[in-house]
Amino acid sequence: MTTVISKATTAEKRRRTGQRSGVAAARPGFVWALPAVLFFTLFAIIPLILVFVLSFTQWDGLSDPTFVGLDKWKELADDPVMLQGLWLSVLLTVLSVAVQTPTSIVLGVWAAGPQRNRAVLSAIYFVPLLLSVAAIALLWHTFLDPNFGVPAYATWLFGDGNLFGHQSTAIAVLVFVGAWQYTPFHALIYQGAARAIPRTLYEAAEIDGAGRIRTFFKITLPLLRTSMITSVIIQVVGGMTVFDSVLILTKGGPGTDTKITAYYMYEKAFKSYDYGGSAVIATLLVVMATIISLVMVKLSGYDKMRSTQEGV
Amino acid sequence: MRRRPNYLAGFGSLVWLGLVGLPLYVLLSATLKSRAEYSDGGPLAFPKHITFDNYVNDLSSGFGQYFWNTLVVTVSVVVIVLLVVPPLSFAIVRSRSKLTGTAFRLFLLGLAIPAQAVIVPMFYVISKAGLYDSLIGVILPTAAFSLPVCVLVLSGVMREITSELYEAMALDGASSWRVFLNLVLPLSRSGLSTIVVFSALNAWNGFLFPLVLTQSPQVKVLTLGLYDFQTEHGVDAPAMMSAVVLSMLPILIVYLFARRALIQGLMGTGGK
Repeated sequence: MTTVISKATTAEKRRRTGQRSGVAAARPGFVWALPAVLFFTLFAIIPLILVFVLSFTQWDGLSDPTFVGLDKWKELADDPVMLQGLWLSVLLTVLSVAVQTPTSIVLGVWAAGPQRNRAVLSAIYFVPLLLSVAAIALLWHTFLDPNFGVPAYATWLFGDGNLFGHQSTAIAVLVFVGAWQYTPFHALIYQGAARAIPRTLYEAAEIDGAGRIRTFFKITLPLLRTSMITSVIIQVVGGMTVFDSVLILTKGGPGTDTKITAYYMYEKAFKSYDYGGSAVIATLLVVMATIISLVMVKLSGYDKMRSTQEGV
Repeated sequence: MRRRPNYLAGFGSLVWLGLVGLPLYVLLSATLKSRAEYSDGGPLAFPKHITFDNYVNDLSSGFGQYFWNTLVVTVSVVVIVLLVVPPLSFAIVRSRSKLTGTAFRLFLLGLAIPAQAVIVPMFYVISKAGLYDSLIGVILPTAAFSLPVCVLVLSGVMREITSELYEAMALDGASSWRVFLNLVLPLSRSGLSTIVVFSALNAWNGFLFPLVLTQSPQVKVLTLGLYDFQTEHGVDAPAMMSAVVLSMLPILIVYLFARRALIQGLMGTGGK
């Protein structure tokens, strides 16, 4: 009895004086973090370091890698396919951001609204999120097949129907399929952010007689700025490293017309067995992604230990 | 407030409905057609002679094995994540050790590593470890690359636990272990369900690591089984689409019954 009372009074006293005393809760040591840190180091950090190391080697995947200094780097610097690939990656990324950002903002803001049919419709809207990249790319490859797909039955829209046979239409297919796959994800980011906008702002705008379009551009859009930064940066990192959908949809073709950097990296290693050359491209990808993500950390305040998507 | 309907957004949402609904219709209707009917009538035609042969054939031609392999990979990844992430997040939130702060920054850095960029060294590491062409060789890297998002989500949720609750536990003289089991874990259930869904989806739909780290049919996962349709069977569209439907079935079931948890898992966010 007495001990209980004395404990209660010390707690009381501490709360009043704000001082931290002997009965502070036990704190876990670094040991608690150790399993995860070891595991992550072994299967993520060490491979990451090895990317740099392997880029200075010649390796065919079977024998041991041999050190060749900067040879692979020089090879890649003079490789026209590599330079074209970088340009294509940038082009594909810019086009994807240009298509996905407005689409997902409109969709997200709409989904955040009060419509009655919204729940049912948005259940359908987000189905693409459930499919794997492989499934989505295969589906669209089949739908757009020149002989058995939709284009063969809608020549008025698709011309000769061979969307995979020309560079411009092949790039359009990649941008379209990417948008189909990722727009729902980005729409969800905007939906969360749009829901967090205080209603009083809209009420005030209505009293001031602002129309819907002005309200959208003066209130909604500026307040979605943070989400826009997050969303665009996810798109940029994703766009620069996309490769699975290219593998299934175009295989880099026609010719080398859609051979973007990440796909070229895969092909160099697992088709031409030039793992050293592939590691050079991988190094460039890592450096680019790290720079982009550091910018993200700075802009969105991840380093201040907040949750992943603020406001979602 | 906002009584006028928003025609522009409404129209946009209808266009999107068509863009998503039409492919889903083609997907489902094709699975019910024979190969001949599909190539005669085209993808848009309504199925005339409904058949379930496509599903039956898929299941008898190895898809059962792929299903099982995918399930093994998914469950193992979730188990690894559940074993290492909660203690790590607890340490990040509560530990005073400088090393833990460094650990947190390590995982933040991990967010920036695209899995695509490490496939060559991963192939090297897994081959050297003698794990090439085995399910464990797929499980380990897949789990490792789910960690950064999971750590971020769970630490965010655990940070919400107030210090009064810790003090109450301290008064009872509880050890770190008991605080973890009796206070921290029960109060971070929403975060735990999010990381389970996130890592499970990642593992179930994973394509890249299985593609470069396995080759034999005994260890094939569903996504690779789908990819086979393109490389081996030519264009048997109905069989391929049935396989797609089969592969997404478990996720679809979760989507229908626990949409909220699934969406949160997809987004990698805590229970907000």
